Amino acid sequence: MKILVCMKQVPQKDAPLKLNETAAWIREDVSYEVNEPDAFALEEALRQREKHKGEVVVITSGPARSQQVLREALAKGADRAIHLEDNAFVGLDAFNTANAFAAAIKDEQFDLIFTGLQSDDYGYAQTGVILAELLGWPHATIIMQIEKNETGIRVKRELEAGFFQFVDMPLPAVLTIQSGINKLRYATLIGIKQAKNKPIRKVALAEVQSAIGENLQKIERLYVPQKTKKTEHIEGSPAEIAKKLVDKLRNELRVL
Amino acid sequence: MPDTILVVVEQREGKLSRVSWETITAGQAIAAATGWTLEAAVVGGNASAFAAEVAAKKVAKVYAVESPKLEPYTPDAFAAALKQLLTAKQPKLVLMPHTYQVRDFVPKLATAMGRAVISDCIGFKHEDGKLLFTRQMFQGKLAADVSFNSDAPWFATFQNGAFRGDKAEDGASPAPIETVAADIADGVIRNKPQEVFKEAKQAVDLTQAEVIVAVGRGIKEQKNIEIAKQLADALGADLAASRPICDNGWLPMDRQIGSSGQTVAPKVYLALGISGAIQHIVGMKGSRTIIAVNKDSEAPIFEIADYAIIGNLFDIVPPLTEEVKKVKAGS
Repeated sequence: MKILVCMKQVPQKDAPLKLNETAAWIREDVSYEVNEPDAFALEEALRQREKHKGEVVVITSGPARSQQVLREALAKGADRAIHLEDNAFVGLDAFNTANAFAAAIKDEQFDLIFTGLQSDDYGYAQTGVILAELLGWPHATIIMQIEKNETGIRVKRELEAGFFQFVDMPLPAVLTIQSGINKLRYATLIGIKQAKNKPIRKVALAEVQSAIGENLQKIERLYVPQKTKKTEHIEGSPAEIAKKLVDKLRNELRVL
Repeated sequence: MPDTILVVVEQREGKLSRVSWETITAGQAIAAATGWTLEAAVVGGNASAFAAEVAAKKVAKVYAVESPKLEPYTPDAFAAALKQLLTAKQPKLVLMPHTYQVRDFVPKLATAMGRAVISDCIGFKHEDGKLLFTRQMFQGKLAADVSFNSDAPWFATFQNGAFRGDKAEDGASPAPIETVAADIADGVIRNKPQEVFKEAKQAVDLTQAEVIVAVGRGIKEQKNIEIAKQLADALGADLAASRPICDNGWLPMDRQIGSSGQTVAPKVYLALGISGAIQHIVGMKGSRTIIAVNKDSEAPIFEIADYAIIGNLFDIVPPLTEEVKKVKAGS
């Protein structure tokens, strides 16, 4: 099985974000990390390769800093990487990102493409499904289990409210992976060492430019959300806070 | 012809999803702001059965898009059927609820038509004739107003709870229903879905809980869960968690609150070390009173909290548990 994993670098979960001068994007001088569901997608690809042999390739788009995501993936065991390297990729909508990926892999032959189910920055939850449509492949979303069988794969889709469904589908296919599908591994020292010799193919913006058009949706402005609720701050020492809160629970909320 | 808004409602397991009415409300609000005509569509093997219920609402028309191939749901069939409808009817704006099912097919449908979806919106604005859709970004830390930069049809999906389903206006008289037979060729459907099932019986029903103590990443380690459990026990509350805690196996999956877990509305929801990612918020924002403890003063959970305690939960919770015990012992 030859598997491509689409990964993204996103601001760290607790990174304080500030707007940049356009007020349509953030200042990029923050700490970054791997988009969490993408880490699970990578882990699943590595596990599938351990079972069925083959190759795991990771791809990302973004400026030089985003190479870190690929380095980590290679250290965990991915075989090689593709980096669409340009700052311009950060501002692409899901439709254009998927188009750029499709163009970058046009000479490859994958059996499976994994993405995380959504990104922690834009949160569109679309790139994987769009990529499937561009490639003409079937897809399934929010996947919690993957088994290979004679005709293709059987996947377990998570539905809402605790429901699940198995779906049989042919290969090649695109799957969006849910967090928690597996247990993540850590990179080993030897893995980190080996990663240094693994190939990263750089793809310049110009190479995929013809596949990208104007964004079909435009962020007009970004802002700190207006509060809809009046929030009362409870302050003081922990003991004072405990007293004040218990008073509320007892006398106002009446649950004590 | 005036511009049209088409709301595609969702039916699953023989029922219209509750969020469908929320999307109708959203459609009615956008129609009122823009002067556009509002229509609705039901898609499925037996869509006509649900059409009358939708036609009772204030909409100009309801399409029942039918084919035996739409049952069970597959993204291939749904995208094919809706593409035919949209190509024939040419609505300006297509609205859907942001459910797992819609997420599964709407990016495919839009891409097949060379269009984009503004997904998971929480509201809209109509400014100087321009329609903007508001959505959360960076896990709810920021909000964005997003516009379409393409020809119609425009696609937007609304987050669960963004509008009130019970505010969907009824029509003066039932709207006309047009049944549309979807033509889905052999070979279009590639996925073979099996029966929908529920994983081992859910042992814990949090939907009836009066008080919930929920823990998030801030709890740091499995052994620290005990700190939250002691508070829950003292309060007589149910213990729950955000997804990462259950993913780690620190608490069983049936204690998970959020889009992939249970949706709750207790009298009091105590969120300990929960940052308030959208996926969690949708499962608990209906709580009557939300108390949040988090060391990050910018955590999105504080946007919806009634009481905010900015501090380290390891400092705050143990004395709180003791105080609760003391008061209970005295009463």
